[in-house]
Amino acid sequence: MSDARAVSENVKIPEQSSPPEPPDALLKVEGLVKHFPIRKGLLRRETGAVQAVDGLTFDVRPGETLGVVGESGCGKSTMGRLITRLLEPTGGKIEFQGHDITHLGVGAMRPLRRDVQMIFQDPYSSLNPRHTIGTIVSAPFRLQGITPEGGVKKEVQQLLELVGLNPEHYNRYPHEFSGGQRQRIGIARALALKPKLVVADEPVSALDVSIQAQVVNLLDDLQDELGLTYVIIAHDLSVIRHVSDRIAVMYLGKIVELADRASLYESPMHPYTKALLSAVPIPDPRRRGVRSERILLTGDVPSPISPPSGCRFHTRCWKATELCKEQEPPLIALAAGRQVACHHPENAADQAPGDPAPASAGEAAGSAPGPSGEAAGSAPESEGGAGK
Amino acid sequence: MSNPDKTGAAQSGPAAPEAPEAPLSGLVPGEVAEAGSAAPSAFLEVRDLRVHFPTDDGLVKSVDGLSFQLEKGRTLGIVGESGSGKSVTSLGIMGLHTAGQYGRRKARISGEVWLDGKELLTADPDEVRRLGGRYMAMIFQDPLSALHPYYTIGRQIVEAYRVHHDVDKKTARKRAVEMLDRVGIPQPDKRVDSYPHEFSGGMRQRAMIAMSLVNNPELLIADEPTTALDVTVQAQILDLIRDLQKEFGSAVIVITHDLGVVAELADDILVMYGGRCVERGPAEKVFYEPQHPYTWGLLGSMPRIDRDQTERLIPVKGSPPSLINIPDGCAFNPRCPYADVPDGDRTRTVRPELRPVGERHFSACHMAQEERTRIWTEEIAPKL
Repeated sequence: MSDARAVSENVKIPEQSSPPEPPDALLKVEGLVKHFPIRKGLLRRETGAVQAVDGLTFDVRPGETLGVVGESGCGKSTMGRLITRLLEPTGGKIEFQGHDITHLGVGAMRPLRRDVQMIFQDPYSSLNPRHTIGTIVSAPFRLQGITPEGGVKKEVQQLLELVGLNPEHYNRYPHEFSGGQRQRIGIARALALKPKLVVADEPVSALDVSIQAQVVNLLDDLQDELGLTYVIIAHDLSVIRHVSDRIAVMYLGKIVELADRASLYESPMHPYTKALLSAVPIPDPRRRGVRSERILLTGDVPSPISPPSGCRFHTRCWKATELCKEQEPPLIALAAGRQVACHHPENAADQAPGDPAPASAGEAAGSAPGPSGEAAGSAPESEGGAGK
Repeated sequence: MSNPDKTGAAQSGPAAPEAPEAPLSGLVPGEVAEAGSAAPSAFLEVRDLRVHFPTDDGLVKSVDGLSFQLEKGRTLGIVGESGSGKSVTSLGIMGLHTAGQYGRRKARISGEVWLDGKELLTADPDEVRRLGGRYMAMIFQDPLSALHPYYTIGRQIVEAYRVHHDVDKKTARKRAVEMLDRVGIPQPDKRVDSYPHEFSGGMRQRAMIAMSLVNNPELLIADEPTTALDVTVQAQILDLIRDLQKEFGSAVIVITHDLGVVAELADDILVMYGGRCVERGPAEKVFYEPQHPYTWGLLGSMPRIDRDQTERLIPVKGSPPSLINIPDGCAFNPRCPYADVPDGDRTRTVRPELRPVGERHFSACHMAQEERTRIWTEEIAPKL
């Protein structure tokens, strides 16, 4: 116990002197907020807001892949659209290569569009059905007024080849391609201007398993070849594990944990991360017996229109205490390279040792300080939430 | 959520039925498709099922000669990519293609579907309907489109119950509340009067499961039951299906593209490709000693949550075939890296039969079994 405390003190030191950001962060996001207003009545008065993204702070380093996971409605796609500036942020700050791009207009953004590109989820709706592949992939050149060396057509054909398509298909239409091939077209378009940052929103979730692997490998190869930086947004934790260097876990508009891949998957600190990981079905029939390790969360994600007070996860968390209901835990570094927003994290020293477990949550015995919470916390909850 | 005693029971239960030593009655060895039309001993037996749809572009052979057996209390997982014919199989078994919803051009169905000693495809449609609701039930992928938006959840469950049971509304309603409680809907006596749109995705799926189980069906077909759900909700629903099966002892067919889901639920796995079964066997065998290159491809394509794997995935090249133009010979041959290992001409002209490769384990591949075992153990398995 004592050394656990010592560790937590050690790692808090850099936190107090504002964590030294790598000076060369490609993208820096601070306190990013996006609220979608809800208007009602004749006068369209604003009666509330969907708090889709509510205070995100992270940075993306050059050459890395940042994976963003979360359940539907956690704000991960909104985040993607904010950092590519397809949406106007309500608050906070976005810096790209040191330039503040938070509130740049369409015109002012245009030069930056070369460097920041997006790959969309649905390869059917993200390509104009009336345009040929050549037109689609050359659109970025037209919009930016660039004539590549050797002409647009040659460049486009090279791009098609790069993503594994036949360059002779230049004059075909999207409907002549399969889902996987269309996704490759979307990728070719995103890469046309040699961007520095590519934001991919569920790039493979609409694809079949065997095609999914082709596209994942393609993204991998392109990153090596072109030195790309990726922000990959996905709900599939297996895909995220495969592609990411660092991973941000989102819940109801906030990052609850941000860590490198190995430590996140091996020793998740936030209870939500732990529950999320344990819920993924493991493709191994021999592992079926270990189902008792599974943490089943009760109920569904609360509405982002009126998120719970304090820690937003407290309504579904088996370790929640009174403190969690009242006070929102800050996202702080609990270990080297790991940021967690939790009062009573797993696999780390408790952040609020004096806070007693609520009497009502009898099973939440795991909230005792220290890393002992793991076994005690998960076992009783594992079935309690199944709704039987 | 509701019944503390049941929670306890479920907690103690999980390991028992998954034990591989359990009597393996799911699939009987040997192909019996040619055995004629004698009533089979298996609870559900499908023999040489073919479902073809005539279209302007040609005949879509969605299911092209599928045979399998399933016993009560067992779960069969049907795995395949989109367009492999897995959903059409389930609709074929349920007799849903005969309803003529494709206008004047009906699906052409042939083969035999035996359920508990009755042949369904040649039976009187009215009788199939009666049997259908009573003995078979289906859970669909998208609960929002499978539930009627205009009626309350309760009313839909009551209707399903009263069609097959001669009871008054009050009794049926009590039964509906009971079922909602059983599938873990909080405050079932209140929520029974809610409309589908008032439920979240996970709750709708629970409500649909309640509706499908209200008649205690002996065969439950779940078509991508969790694909539309978030992973934490998916875990709840998978648990629910497993526990309910244990409780009711039904035969379950789970249709999915997610190998994780079949590994969790299925005793036996049937891998479909181009409307045909390419491999079928106990889950353990299919995952650990797969005998078909397509199964290898599926396993190699899948990023694993349980391993810190940084190596490249091993995808299957190309795309799935069009069901109008299924390649001659082995349907998988244009994508198969081993197509020329046995004899390229044969692979491309002769359709491989489903042959036994182990106990209750079948595979349709021209390669010699020793060759396949060698390739799997030496070339594929170490890279996964």
